[in-house]
Amino acid sequence: MTKILRLILFYVGAVVLCVPPVFVFVWMILTGLKTGVQNIAYPPEFIFTPTLENFRAVFQQYNFFRYLMNSLIIAGLATGISLVLGLPAAYSIAKYRQGKIGLMILVARMTPFVSYLLPWYIIFRYLGLVDTYMALTITHLIITLPMVIWLMVSFFEGMPAELEDAAMIDGCSRLQSFLIIVLPLVRNGIATSAIISFIFSWNQFLFSLILSGPRTKTVPVAVYNFISYGKIDWAGIGAAATLIVLPVSVFAFFVRKTIVQGLTMGALKK
Amino acid sequence: MTRTETAVLKTAFRALTHFIDRRQAFAYPAPAVVTLFLIVIIPIAFNLYLAFTKWTIGLGEPRFIGLGNFIELLSDERVLNGVKVMVYFSGLSLSLEMVLGLLIAVYFNREFKGSEVVQAIYILPFAATPVAVALIWRIMLNPEIGVLNYLLQSVGLPGSLWVSSPKTVIPALVMVDVWKWTPMITLIVLAGLKSLPHEPYEAAQIDGASALQIFWYITLPLIRPVLIAAMMLRSLDNLKEFDMLYTITQGGPGIASETLYLYSYNVGFSFFKAGYGSALMVVVFLIVLVFNVVMNRLRLRAESL
Repeated sequence: MTKILRLILFYVGAVVLCVPPVFVFVWMILTGLKTGVQNIAYPPEFIFTPTLENFRAVFQQYNFFRYLMNSLIIAGLATGISLVLGLPAAYSIAKYRQGKIGLMILVARMTPFVSYLLPWYIIFRYLGLVDTYMALTITHLIITLPMVIWLMVSFFEGMPAELEDAAMIDGCSRLQSFLIIVLPLVRNGIATSAIISFIFSWNQFLFSLILSGPRTKTVPVAVYNFISYGKIDWAGIGAAATLIVLPVSVFAFFVRKTIVQGLTMGALKK
Repeated sequence: MTRTETAVLKTAFRALTHFIDRRQAFAYPAPAVVTLFLIVIIPIAFNLYLAFTKWTIGLGEPRFIGLGNFIELLSDERVLNGVKVMVYFSGLSLSLEMVLGLLIAVYFNREFKGSEVVQAIYILPFAATPVAVALIWRIMLNPEIGVLNYLLQSVGLPGSLWVSSPKTVIPALVMVDVWKWTPMITLIVLAGLKSLPHEPYEAAQIDGASALQIFWYITLPLIRPVLIAAMMLRSLDNLKEFDMLYTITQGGPGIASETLYLYSYNVGFSFFKAGYGSALMVVVFLIVLVFNVVMNRLRLRAESL
């Protein structure tokens, strides 16, 4: 009897501990489903007739589809380039214990992003690259490339070396064995790094705030601009925020196991 | 393409793959290292150079003034304010996140149905786009129509001015930061707890130790390296918190929540003082560096115990 009681108590506690994380997201979705008037009503309305009007307005008035595409393109490019450059680098660091490169990555992680902003702003203005996909992708690489290397080193270190040796005996060149044997062995790691890198690029606000323009504006800047159009459009913010957070949440859900593993391994090693 | 051209290309390709094979330790990291050098090291060097110049963006050329900016910032009241806000905000949020993260991890450290659901829920806050959730918090924190004051008042508690008053703005922002990042600490510590050895616990149970004693004398010392590592990971971003502060308060009311980092942004991009702003950014970098060096020492000591 006491055992069941304790179990019930445990679950009550578990639910209580899950309320804060969930509540904010519920409120976000509710805000997006309410009309402008309902959103400034007091007391706040918990039960109401939902409307999809805000989602329609976000796409039609604010041209949100364009911003979603911009974010998708930039995050996709940054992630793709990070993998191409980062995978061989991480493999080499894991295999030959190249600590000096690790130091460079640490510097990249510790430097405040604002420090990159001024030099890049000046360089891009000089080259006429402000408001281009190239400019934004380059700055996002500052975040995603070190992240991919940092995560992948631990995955390569955890890989058995024998398989690779076997491939070499079978007459593969080292490059072939890397591409055909090694990379498929760490495909979980690659998927995890790719998704984490995508999420960080998708969420990136500061670089886009200064270096993007009307053509390349990404979703975090677009939703932020909802509050600077004079009157704050809470309903629009709710709808836009829901649209931005949704893909990230879905991604995160799929790699939830390795996200924690990746963060922990990285944190423990350094 | 003629046949000779194809042959030349083939030979060149073979030579290249051969080179990559022979000099693997050099060829594999080289593209990433070159890229990092171009996108990370050069801008940092440029930023460092600007820190020793006086320059307003759009007005003339940078003029070298030696340590002028660093002397100026010593008597800048907003720098002092920025450091105070930074210490207050980071000190409070980091310690709360560590303590709560550890306690919640200990609570969930058992086999139970639904642990996967908890894990999925706990990933949401830190994976979600900071600007988007910060805007939602801004709605919820509204003193007049916000849902937080409504909930407080409906259980008989007084409402708060939250981010609208200089007195409560930092605790309110700490609350948002704690909401967003405690789940990450929880998940990291939880993974650490799961990998702890069983023997000390079995021995303690035989000796009849209480749950509190087990936590204090066994769990805490064993988990300390993970805790410190998680804190270092967290501090890298916490000391440079930008999105949330910029979205919710922009440093206000007045300058009550303007961290040194936010001030350096304002100097550079609102006042366009590139030289002075760069000097402030260098100071922020040094603070992050010193904090991490100290934490790393602590971690190495905790591991060697």
